[in-house]
Amino acid sequence: MKEKVRIAAGQGFWGDLPDAPVRQVEGGPIDYLMLDYLAEVTMSIMQKQRSRDPAAGYAKDFVPLMKQILPACVERNIRVTANAGGVNVEGCAKAVRDVALELGLAGKLRIGIVTGDDIMAKLDELLSRGVELRNMDTDAALSTVRERIQSANVYLGAAPMVEALNRGAQIVITGRATDTGLTLAPLMHEFGWSPDDWNRMAAGTIAGHIIECGAQCTGGNCQYEWRSIPNLANVGFPIVEAAPDGTFVVTKHEGTGGWVIIPSIKEQLVYEMGDPHSYITPDCVADFTTVCLEYEGRDRVRVFGIEGRPATDTFKVSISYSAGYKAVGTLVYSWPEAHDKARAADRILRARLDRLGLKFDQILTEFVGANATHGPLAGEPSPDLPEVQLRVGVRSEDRAAVERFTKEIAPLVLTGPPGVTGFAGGRPKVEEIVAYWPALIPKEEISPIVDVIDV
Amino acid sequence: MKVQLLKLAHARSGDKGDTANIGLIALREEIYPILVREVTADRVKQHFKGICKGDVERFELPNLGALNFLLHESLGGGGTLSLMTDAQGKTFSTALLRMMVEISETEAQSLNLDQEV
Repeated sequence: MKEKVRIAAGQGFWGDLPDAPVRQVEGGPIDYLMLDYLAEVTMSIMQKQRSRDPAAGYAKDFVPLMKQILPACVERNIRVTANAGGVNVEGCAKAVRDVALELGLAGKLRIGIVTGDDIMAKLDELLSRGVELRNMDTDAALSTVRERIQSANVYLGAAPMVEALNRGAQIVITGRATDTGLTLAPLMHEFGWSPDDWNRMAAGTIAGHIIECGAQCTGGNCQYEWRSIPNLANVGFPIVEAAPDGTFVVTKHEGTGGWVIIPSIKEQLVYEMGDPHSYITPDCVADFTTVCLEYEGRDRVRVFGIEGRPATDTFKVSISYSAGYKAVGTLVYSWPEAHDKARAADRILRARLDRLGLKFDQILTEFVGANATHGPLAGEPSPDLPEVQLRVGVRSEDRAAVERFTKEIAPLVLTGPPGVTGFAGGRPKVEEIVAYWPALIPKEEISPIVDVIDV
Repeated sequence: MKVQLLKLAHARSGDKGDTANIGLIALREEIYPILVREVTADRVKQHFKGICKGDVERFELPNLGALNFLLHESLGGGGTLSLMTDAQGKTFSTALLRMMVEISETEAQSLNLDQEV
C-alpha cells in the first residue's frame, strides 16, 4: 500500500480555467486528477443537447483535454476521476477511447464507466409505487411539475468509482456523481478503506469538499488579506496529499501563485455549508466541527481529527424541470443625478408594462453601483455617483409577456431620462428557466452500473 | 464601544436553493467568543431585514473559530429562478461584515482595536 496518495483538482466547475488540469499534470508529481464538471442544472442542459444530437450530452471539453494529457497520464500512471459523462457517459467514454486510439495508446488504457444515476425513464413507475420524490426545500409533491421534468439523476457516491478503479480503470467517467466522491474513491481504492470506516469516509469527503471548487481554497475568492495574495495570474490549483490514517495535507505545486493558508482553507470549509455537524453525502455523514488545521510548512496545511457517522439510507436526486421564462434588461445612466435618472427610468418602464397589461410572477429592479449586491444594507448612495446601471429582470410562465418586456428596454433611450447609454447589446435574450428540484430516494431503488472498456 | 465586523472577521457565502449560507470566521482565535456573543441569529435576521424573508439559523464551529448562518428565503427563489445579480448569495459575506457590534474597552485594548475605530 502507498504511504501517500496525491489527488489534484483540475476544474472547480464546467468552464473553469481550461489550462488548470494540464498544469496539474505537468507542474509536479500527482497520482490522481479529479475533475468536477456538474453543477445543479448542468444535467438538464446536457439532456437538451442530447435530444438534438444523440452523440452529445456530456462535457465536451473533457475530450480535447484528455487528448492533451493522456500521453503523460499513461506514462506516469496518473489516474483520472471525472463526472464528465453527464447524460451520455458511454458516448463520452467512446470519444475518449477514440482519442486514445489516435494517440497510439491501444492496449495501454482501460476506461471505467459508472452509470445507473439516470432515473428519468422510471420516474412514473417510482411515483406509482409511492416513492414520492417530494421537494426537499418546499415539501411539494413531484406531481405538480411532472409534465415539465427534463432530467432526473441520483447523486452516486464513491462506491461504484472504487469498483471501477479496483477493476483497473485508469480513467473513470461518471454521470451524476458527487464531487466529493471523485476524491474519496481514489483514497478508498489505494488504502483499502472499508466503506463503513466512517471517520475515514468523512476525511476523504472533507478532502474532496476542500478541493472541489478548485482554486477557491488556494487564494481565489479569498477575502483574508486579499491584497497580499501572491501571483493569482498563475494561481496553483489544490492538491491533497492523503495518508492511510485519513489525515491529509492541502498544498499546490511549487512555483505556482496563490496561497494555501489556514484562513483560505477555512473559507472553503464553510462554503455552501448547511448544518456543519451533518454534511450528508451518499458515503457518510461528515462532521465539520471535528476538523483540525495546522501548518506543516509554506503552502502546506495539515487537516486531521475528522470524524464521521454512518451514511443515511437515501440518495439525493437532482431533478430539473421547466419553470417559465425570464429576461434581464440593462441601461447605464451617467452623472449628474445618475441614480435619480435610473430610478425615473424604472418608474416609466413599469408604467408602460402596466399599461400593456403584462403579468409577471416577479419584476426585480436593481441599481448596479448603488444597491445590487448589498441592497438596503448599502445605505443611501452618494448623490454624486458617476454612473448607475439600471437592471430590470422579469419572470413569467408566459413567454409572450417576457418577449414583450425585452422590447421595452432600448426605447427608453429616446423616450426616457437623459444621460443614458449601454444598450449596444440589443434586446435582452428570453431565457427558458430550468429549475432544480432536490429530492431523496431510498438507496435500495438504485443500482449503480460499472463497466470497463479497454482501448 | 462599537466596531464593525469587518475588523474582526472574514467570511465566505454561498447558496443552497433559496437559502444563503454565510460562514463567518474570526480573524484571530481570541475574537471568536465575541462573535458567539454578539452575532446571534436574531441580530443577523435584523441586519438582513428586507433581504432575508425566512428564518436565520446559526451553527457554531469552535474548531475553526467560525459561525455558520443559514438565511432562508433570501435569494429571490434561488438558483435559476432568481432574477438577482447575486442569485448565488456570493456577496452576503461582505454584507454581514457591515454589521456593527459592541465590544468592551478591555476587549478593544487587548485586540489593539482601540486606535482604529
